[in-house]
Amino acid sequence: MAKIVGGIMSSHVPAIGRAIARNLQGDPYWKPWFDGFPPVRDWLAEVKPDVAVVVYNDHGLNFFLDKMPTFAVGAAPEYRNADEGWGIPVVPPFKGDLDLSWHLIESLVRDEFDITTCQEMLVDHAFTLPMALLWPGQGAWPVRTVPVCVNTVQFPLPTAGRCWKLGEAIGRAVESWDSDARVVVVGTGGLSHQLDGERAGHINKEFDLRFMDSLVREPQWATRYTVAELVEKAGTQGIELLMWLVTRAALTGRVSRLHSNYHIPISNTAAGLLLLDNQPIG
Amino acid sequence: MSASIPGTTLFDGAQARKGYALNRMCFSFNDAANREAFLRDEEGYCARYQLTPAQREAVKARNVLQMIEAGGNVYYLAKLAGIFGLDVQDLGAQQTGMTKDAFKARLVAAGR
Repeated sequence: MAKIVGGIMSSHVPAIGRAIARNLQGDPYWKPWFDGFPPVRDWLAEVKPDVAVVVYNDHGLNFFLDKMPTFAVGAAPEYRNADEGWGIPVVPPFKGDLDLSWHLIESLVRDEFDITTCQEMLVDHAFTLPMALLWPGQGAWPVRTVPVCVNTVQFPLPTAGRCWKLGEAIGRAVESWDSDARVVVVGTGGLSHQLDGERAGHINKEFDLRFMDSLVREPQWATRYTVAELVEKAGTQGIELLMWLVTRAALTGRVSRLHSNYHIPISNTAAGLLLLDNQPIG
Repeated sequence: MSASIPGTTLFDGAQARKGYALNRMCFSFNDAANREAFLRDEEGYCARYQLTPAQREAVKARNVLQMIEAGGNVYYLAKLAGIFGLDVQDLGAQQTGMTKDAFKARLVAAGR
């Protein structure tokens, strides 16, 4: 059966795309963020995953408000990036993994998740930027991918508890996949930030650090809060922490923190990075 | 539900209904040809997407809070802002009534 080697959670701020395009990794503003990644890349080079299940939220590239699935799973041979309207460079396409996609779909629906399946799917910066941070080098992506998209655009959003259960179901699905593949789960977004309203610029360092810590010590801690309470604490876009919860819940083994980074600000965002190891129990 | 968080409008069903035309227009700006068409003839482009008078006024005024009031969702509004070369820090500064430098300084201070 396939094995989940670990989980990586990372912010996906669009400005990171511009910084990569302009080679600003060593610039004083950007360095504290980009310096967080070499340990994660070293780990990836060591564990050599074959597939990445990428849990992210679309920002109006693939999905518009005409049809807004709560949870959507990619089932395409290839996922393309495209123009999002504000000028970050488009990256080369990502290979899919149709066997895992359809196994995941079968397993999630059997587990009572009524997901939307996508045989064509554009992936936006929330998918592409963490990939570019994890595997820099102009799009020679060394992994196949399966995108899992969570609605954080239009309320009602799925609850934190539901996202936790989705993650558990993803974990069960991957581990029942008849394959010798090594799978990494990547969750993107957050941490606290708010782009809209008079409260734009809201950042909550105390909450973010507590949340990051909870994923190791008390992983279901955030599920006690309603979505509105999470928005109140983390901001209207900070709610993207739901992707971190899905990712953590997919790790069903013995989980330990291998590396983390947290930096304020990247653009309007408190930017976070967390690498979790997942070892089989027993 | 949205009234409970100061300075915050949750993009719920009521907002989604109110803002559909504006958000639909902004979604079209994923395409460079549409961005150019908007710049060539803003009035005609807005008319084609049947913006409400309040949405048209908000776009004309380049006023983000007014656009949100008219049902705009920030992910789509960011695509409109991109046409004018504005980033999310410009939007943040405008909505909070600060200069961009002051807004950025406040973000830095949040890290201390």
